[in-house]
Amino acid sequence: MNTDKPRLLTFLDVLSGMLLTSAVLMVFLYAPVERTMGAVQKVFYFHVSTAWVGMLGFLAAAVVGVLYLTTRKIKWDLAGYAAVEISLVFFLIAIISGSIWARPTWNTWWTWDPRLTTAAIVELIYAAYLLLRAGVDDPARRARFSAVYAVFGFFSVPLTFIAIRLLRTIHPVVMGGSNPGGEGSFSMVAPMKQTFFFSLFAFSVIFIDLFWHRIRLEKVTSKIEELRIQLMD
Amino acid sequence: MTLRKYWKALWAVVWKDLAAELRSRELLSSMLVFALLVILIFNFALELNIQAQKAVTAGVLWVTFAFAGTLGLNRSMASEKDRGCLDGLLLAPVDRSAIYFGKVIANLMFMLIVEAIVLPVYAFLYQVNLFNPGLLLVIVLGSIGYAVVGTLLAAMAVQVRTRDILLPILLFPLVVPLLIAAVKASNGYLQGFALPEILPWLNLILVYDVIFIAIAFMTFDFIVEE
Repeated sequence: MNTDKPRLLTFLDVLSGMLLTSAVLMVFLYAPVERTMGAVQKVFYFHVSTAWVGMLGFLAAAVVGVLYLTTRKIKWDLAGYAAVEISLVFFLIAIISGSIWARPTWNTWWTWDPRLTTAAIVELIYAAYLLLRAGVDDPARRARFSAVYAVFGFFSVPLTFIAIRLLRTIHPVVMGGSNPGGEGSFSMVAPMKQTFFFSLFAFSVIFIDLFWHRIRLEKVTSKIEELRIQLMD
Repeated sequence: MTLRKYWKALWAVVWKDLAAELRSRELLSSMLVFALLVILIFNFALELNIQAQKAVTAGVLWVTFAFAGTLGLNRSMASEKDRGCLDGLLLAPVDRSAIYFGKVIANLMFMLIVEAIVLPVYAFLYQVNLFNPGLLLVIVLGSIGYAVVGTLLAAMAVQVRTRDILLPILLFPLVVPLLIAAVKASNGYLQGFALPEILPWLNLILVYDVIFIAIAFMTFDFIVEE
């Protein structure tokens, strides 16, 4: 395996940095201040972006889990692991930023609303995923177990959401559909939309960049392990 | 493999578990004592007097079942693993899902036996009538889902280094929708709500059971292969 850093990856690093900086600038300088909520609404751009990208990462983990179980190629396991790890951090960012927004808007740091509760349970499911991986030494078995667990998690999450949704919700639905009972809802003007989609794009690129790094790190680690065994023989 | 042979293999696994339990009684007795302890602790933690317990009975019951259930699931799979029994079972020339469903039914039976004892004890201690056909239906359906997911994850957990502590961590986040729906449906029956109010929760339990029976059926092979 070639362990040199690919040029495209370096390019992605630079691009991620530039996109994140521009997204921050857009959020603070370009997007207008929302009328009723004021400056705290600016949390929205990164909050929704990290949540969406994180969710897609978990979805990807389940898909590559199925791919691993059908093809038995270890690269799919690696991809699932990397996706879960990064998504866990992205989701945590989404939860914390949401909490910062909720304090002035809902007058509470936390409420047991469907989305919040589901997000918390999703974090716990994938934290359990990492604990499961940490407990298995055999790589093939670890790959099988985590693939199966990722699939289970993927089916359980929507059911959790429905279960809690049956109770009630106050989370605003800004994108697609609407929740008239939602508190802190608002409609986006054009610069807001542009800022939001730009942030979404920025975080998607950052995700891909981190994802690539994570996979490379894992490959280099196993390469080092191989070399060490060779050296000891 | 014919269906008849499949059923024979399945019931052989169930029978093996029941016979072993009948002789040792270690699983049921520990589950039962543990369940009663949980109820006792709840009594002090929540000050369960006659007025207060009305609203929380469903929750207390399901938390008790879930905790006692993990205890049983862990033990039932650990005893297979420890004495090399699991390897023997897997060597048998039968469909592996028959082994899995055999274990599920055995675990389900243990859960139902514990629940059948806990319910009258709870009813006696708190002077509440728990003999309600709707409630019993919810308990059976909920326990099915719990045993289906729990048995598969227990089969996974026993092969992991941190097995005793891992099962609840893996299991609880996945059974959250089942537990929510079961608590809500049980509460509905206990408070005498109309059927349309309970039905969504019952449907959710059914959907959960069906989905996870199907996924477990498809994935069990991957858990036990060597």
